[in-house]
Amino acid sequence: MKMLSFANRNAKEILRDPLTLLFGLGFPLILLLLLSAIQASIPVPLFEIEKLTPGIVVFGLSFMTLFSGSLIAKDRSSSLLQRLYTTPLTPLDFILGYTLPILPFAVVQGAVCYVVAMLLGLKLTPNLLLAIVFIIPISLLYVALGLLFGSILNDKQVGGICGALLTNLSAWLSGTWFDLELVGGVFKNIAYALPFVHAVEVERAVLSGELSAALPHLLWVLGYSLVSLAAAVLLFLRQMKRQ
Amino acid sequence: MLAIQTNNLTKRYGDIAAVDGLSLSVEEGELFALLGVNGAGKTTTIKMLSCLTAPSDGDAFLHGQSICKNPERIKPIIAVSPQETAIAPGLSVYENLELICGVYGFSHEKKNMKIKELTDLLGLDAIMKRKAGKLSGGWQRRLSIAMALISEPKILFLDEPTLGLDVIARSELWDIIRSLKGKITVILTTHYMEEAEALSDRIGIMRDGKLLVCDTAEGVKRTAGSDSFEEAFIRIVKGVKA
Repeated sequence: MKMLSFANRNAKEILRDPLTLLFGLGFPLILLLLLSAIQASIPVPLFEIEKLTPGIVVFGLSFMTLFSGSLIAKDRSSSLLQRLYTTPLTPLDFILGYTLPILPFAVVQGAVCYVVAMLLGLKLTPNLLLAIVFIIPISLLYVALGLLFGSILNDKQVGGICGALLTNLSAWLSGTWFDLELVGGVFKNIAYALPFVHAVEVERAVLSGELSAALPHLLWVLGYSLVSLAAAVLLFLRQMKRQ
Repeated sequence: MLAIQTNNLTKRYGDIAAVDGLSLSVEEGELFALLGVNGAGKTTTIKMLSCLTAPSDGDAFLHGQSICKNPERIKPIIAVSPQETAIAPGLSVYENLELICGVYGFSHEKKNMKIKELTDLLGLDAIMKRKAGKLSGGWQRRLSIAMALISEPKILFLDEPTLGLDVIARSELWDIIRSLKGKITVILTTHYMEEAEALSDRIGIMRDGKLLVCDTAEGVKRTAGSDSFEEAFIRIVKGVKA
């Protein structure tokens, strides 16, 4: 109950920020429409709707880091957290309160991308519904990164690092915009050592009904999610104690 | 009955003692002001007493509970209005009050009753639906204090509650703080001498983490040998003998 009150407040703060709708939903949809238009003129296998949409969905999730990180950093700078630390809320309440409101938003965002993709030719199958479910573990990774960055950076730094750097890194290293095989070498190795391309591969494999192919990529994503979450919790608790 | 008792309360940051062996007691229902120049240790004292930061040495007891051993028993009986206005800017005034009721686990009926009570006390009725982040500084401070009071604290910490407010807003907040006297224990930090003199039952003056004087406003003036409270404060902080 106490945690839910806090989570409810966080959900309202995020949803009432117009930038949330603009970047969280609008930007990925614009990219989906734009790249589909390019695909219609100059067909490229990478931009086929079945391959493109999972990449756009994961790209959209990278904004969850920006939303959660900004909210925490703003709360820290405004003394609101200081006030809440003196209430009966426990450290677990804070972690869950910042994490839970993002998950439904991430699922809705991904679902809207898939619905728009259906208008562009993606077929409605049970696999598509499963792909929406698999957004949850992937979004956990991005929320954990937001919790982590929000605990150590101020809101301007979060804007720069999560809003510019992470979204771009997540996009370039995801195999959505260009085929990583074409670049190859160190770039490809770095990309496959990070979770972003694996997140896209999970969605692509689930969407095409190849669950066994999704599993190794899912393990990469879950591994990074757990490590990020553990680091985020430690850093959040550290800044809590520093109050 | 004692609301607060500190025994040799100390907070060190490296070699620097922000609060150095603070021992004082505050009676239940008392309005106690902590005065001092910047860096005197007022805010650090409040942070320790409100369980935000752990002491390096010593202990403090709030209604008999140790801040070191039982912070979870202290949190339900205290409330803090921090130096900077601590509100959720994207929420309405009503939603801010609702948030605090929620984190204290109030029932629906109690929540409605407390919001009505605080709205009447602080005159928030006209702005209940307005976004907190869009309010003037004075209204944000009122809301901040309402958020502290709504949890029915036994001890309320007000850290420079009137900082940056205009004369009218300050006067109105003084009236609100006065109305709390005798009902709950209030620990107030301020830079405004006239505020401490007008509102407080007793005043503690700190410098370099140490408590120099702890007395009524009249007692402080007597100790410093001055008719003016501000002059008395300056003499005590500068170490001028009466």
